Amino acid sequence: MILLIQYTLIFASVLILVALGGCVSEHSGVINLGLEGEMVFGALGGALAMKYLPADSSAFVIILVAGLAAVVAGMLGSALLGVACINFKADQTIVGTALNMLAVAAATVIVKAINTAENPDNVSSEISYVQAKKAFIENINGFEFSWFMLITVIVLILIATLLYKTRSGLRLMACGEFPQAAASVGINVFKMRWLGVLLSGALGGFGGLVYITAGVSQWKFENGVAGFGFLALAVMIFGQWKPKHIAWAAVLFGMFRALSNVYSGFDFLVSMHIPSALYNMLPYIVSLIVLAFTSQHSRAPKAEGIPYDKGMR
Amino acid sequence: MKKILKSDGFQSLIASLICVILGLLIGYIVLLIINPSGAWEGIMAVIKNFFFYPSGPARMKYFGSTLVKTAPLVMCSLSILFAYKVGLFNIGVAGQYCAGVGASIYFALAFHLPWYVCVLGAMVAGALLGGISGLLKAYCNVNEVISGIMLNWICLYTVNGLLSKVKEPTSPYTYNIAIKSRKSLLPSFGLDKLFGNNKYVTIAIPLAIILAIVVMVVLDKTKVGYELKATGLNKNAAKYAGIKEKKNIIMTLVLAGGLAGLGASFFYLTGIEQWMCTSSSVPSMGFNGIASAFLGALNPIGTLISSFFIQHITNGGGYVDKTMYCSQISDLISSIIIYLCGFVLFFKTVMKRMGGAKK
Repeated sequence: MILLIQYTLIFASVLILVALGGCVSEHSGVINLGLEGEMVFGALGGALAMKYLPADSSAFVIILVAGLAAVVAGMLGSALLGVACINFKADQTIVGTALNMLAVAAATVIVKAINTAENPDNVSSEISYVQAKKAFIENINGFEFSWFMLITVIVLILIATLLYKTRSGLRLMACGEFPQAAASVGINVFKMRWLGVLLSGALGGFGGLVYITAGVSQWKFENGVAGFGFLALAVMIFGQWKPKHIAWAAVLFGMFRALSNVYSGFDFLVSMHIPSALYNMLPYIVSLIVLAFTSQHSRAPKAEGIPYDKGMR
Repeated sequence: MKKILKSDGFQSLIASLICVILGLLIGYIVLLIINPSGAWEGIMAVIKNFFFYPSGPARMKYFGSTLVKTAPLVMCSLSILFAYKVGLFNIGVAGQYCAGVGASIYFALAFHLPWYVCVLGAMVAGALLGGISGLLKAYCNVNEVISGIMLNWICLYTVNGLLSKVKEPTSPYTYNIAIKSRKSLLPSFGLDKLFGNNKYVTIAIPLAIILAIVVMVVLDKTKVGYELKATGLNKNAAKYAGIKEKKNIIMTLVLAGGLAGLGASFFYLTGIEQWMCTSSSVPSMGFNGIASAFLGALNPIGTLISSFFIQHITNGGGYVDKTMYCSQISDLISSIIIYLCGFVLFFKTVMKRMGGAKK
């Protein structure tokens, strides 16, 4: 049971971080389908930082450096989306999809190049960080508390405050609802959208780092992040683009994802003889059903997905 | 001459060429960064592909292999293109392709059915999966991109489970169709003779070309195509004009899914590859289809050329010096090309402006 709670919380943390990333980006008016790619960029940045940090670094330094590397890498990835979608008015769906493919291909090429340079026989796309990963975890009576859980709660509060209580946050949301009206009162729409996209890259990248350290200590970059960025988008839609609702939705989805890791520990689940493939599918099936019931009265920002055009009223 | 320069088709061609050249250039720079000494040979290997072989027959044989893999890619990009004309982004193409793989291999190995039944089965499987996305979009307002991705994963795990029933006991691969059920293989009608006796060259290749032409005719010359495109341009206006927009959305995704499913049977029923039942991601064929659809400027004939090009460099990736680089370099190049396709609108605007200045 304790294992289920532990995995639920860590997967929920990933989903909250990434879904909040999607949330700020969409509130600014840019659909961010590239979240998955931003997670891969962030995961790569974090994993490389952990690989090259000296083994005797203190836990605080490891968390700080790996976290920063993930955030910066995620932001670089999202900048690709920003340039194309904000400045060049590209189709946000195509660019987002391209970003996802680009991230996986680039990460594979980079990691393989590093591995082959170290040892010509090593052609895998895997990075392992068994030692460094221990810095993130405190063992409390068998429950592996991860510092990322705490950081996620803080980020959640910060983003909710930013969006609803600060001037920039409210301006950012105005740009996603009716950018021309926002511009007419002197708000720089391009600047606000860039803010939204870069923030989402930072959150997505950090979420990527948390994801590749959840329960495993090595990552094969050929696999990307297995659709987790899209699960986060489903969480965001289910959470009606509101941080508080997103948090609860993430816990629910996190639990279904955690079940596939730990179901063998429950006697009554094992005795039902459900094939393990079904547990793997569960989060995706649940999200489809949930979306089918919640998408009808969508509270999506009105102007999302439409490139900003000054002349259009 | 001026007319040609200003025509939309010509500008699309130039824009696509710019994407290709920039993509290859960035790929070359990446190779230079990894290891400068072999970068030129590396990028040339990617561009050359089957020209790697000096003699005629071997070259024709590997030209055939590239074509064999081009046929499913053409089908996937037709699927993307068809849905995109109706305003839908069918990212579920990868899952629909995967469903086609499951149906065609299972029908062949478990029931030993003749090839045309397996092909039909694959088409229906893909169409059903597309239909689910369509229903969710039309009646529940679920974005087809999100439902497509979810269905991709669901489908992958289902197909892995289904095909585990017909796999070799000692390996994760399914049985070889050529040994277990010869009549399930696509016939070649002598086409293999043209390509240095490459036995995988079958009627799939001409069929893919014919289907590309059919898609073009349906979209441009028929009432159905007109209604579908009208729905894509403005759903509400189409509804006002008496077009059943919900039915059209579902029908589009069903047809797009069917095309993707067909593509899967065109590949796996040649017996060239066996499915690995422990696959951890959907086949990349579907996602490459997105690349070739946009690179082909969303024109069925254009996608024939762009599909061949994408497959050409993907196969070419296999010839790079493995001690220095990995074959995924071609995936990187094709993803950069799709990213650049986002800028096509910008390229065209610039060209229009330049054209205007001359006048």
